[in-house]
Amino acid sequence: MKTKITLFIISFMIWMLLDWPLDIQHALIGLLVAGVVIFLTRDIFTQSLRWGPIRTFLGLGACIPFFFWECLKTNVDFILRLLHPKLPVNPAIVKVKTTLKTDIGLTFLANLLMLSSRGICIDIAPEKDMLYLHWIDIKPGDHQAAAQSTVDKFEKKLKMVFD
Amino acid sequence: MSEIIGTIFIVIGLVFDIAGCIGLIRLPDVYNRLQATTKSITLGTCSILLGAFIIKGFTGIGVKSLLCIMLLLLTAPAAAHALSRAADISKIKAWEKKDALS
Repeated sequence: MKTKITLFIISFMIWMLLDWPLDIQHALIGLLVAGVVIFLTRDIFTQSLRWGPIRTFLGLGACIPFFFWECLKTNVDFILRLLHPKLPVNPAIVKVKTTLKTDIGLTFLANLLMLSSRGICIDIAPEKDMLYLHWIDIKPGDHQAAAQSTVDKFEKKLKMVFD
Repeated sequence: MSEIIGTIFIVIGLVFDIAGCIGLIRLPDVYNRLQATTKSITLGTCSILLGAFIIKGFTGIGVKSLLCIMLLLLTAPAAAHALSRAADISKIKAWEKKDALS
C-alpha cells in the first residue's frame, strides 16, 4: 500500500509539473490519470517499499554539492583528454572492493560513479562486494589504486546516508 | 540579464556536447565510447536545459526543462550500464594501449 501511495504522489507531481500553470481543472484530471496509472501498473511494482527516515533525504541533499563538484572536475579533465592530439587515455578493467550492502546503496554508487568519476561500472559480483569497473586512467605502475581511492571516497559519503 | 546568463550556460553545454561527439569518434572501443557519450553529453544537455530554465523562468517551458534534467540524470546511467553489461556478456575485449605503437 505504501508503494501505491508513493507512486501515486510521484506520478501526480510529474503530471502537475508537466502542466505547470496550476489550476483546478488540470489537478482534477491529474488525480484521475494518476489513479488509472496506478491501476494499470499494479502488477509491475509489487516489491514493497520501505520509507526511510528523514535523515536519508537530508543526507542526499547534503551530498549534492560534493558530487556536483566532482562531476564538473571529471568532465573538464575528460574533455581535455579527448581534445588532446595524442589522446592520453590508459583504459583498463579493474576490480574494486565495496562495503555497501543494500541494493539502493549499490545503485546510487554505480550511477554516481558513472556520472562523476572516471569509470563506468560494468558488473557487480554476485556476492555484492566487488565492482567491475572500466577505468579510463590506470597508470601502468599502480594497479587500480586510483579507482579504489575514488570508490572509497564516494562510499564514505554514501555510507552516512544508506547505512 | 537573465538572457545573458542563460546563453552562457547554453554555450557551455554545446561545448561539452561537441566534445562528447568528438570523443565518440576518436576513442577506440565500446567502453570508452560509452564513457564519452554518457558523461560529457549528460552534463552538456543538463547545462543546455538549465540555460533554457534561466531564460524562461517559472513558465511552462522552464518547469518542463527542470523535469527533463531530473529524468535525464536518472535514466542516462541506467542505459549506459545496460549497454556496457551487454558488451561484457558478449565477450568484447577492452582495448589496451600498446607502448610500441603509441
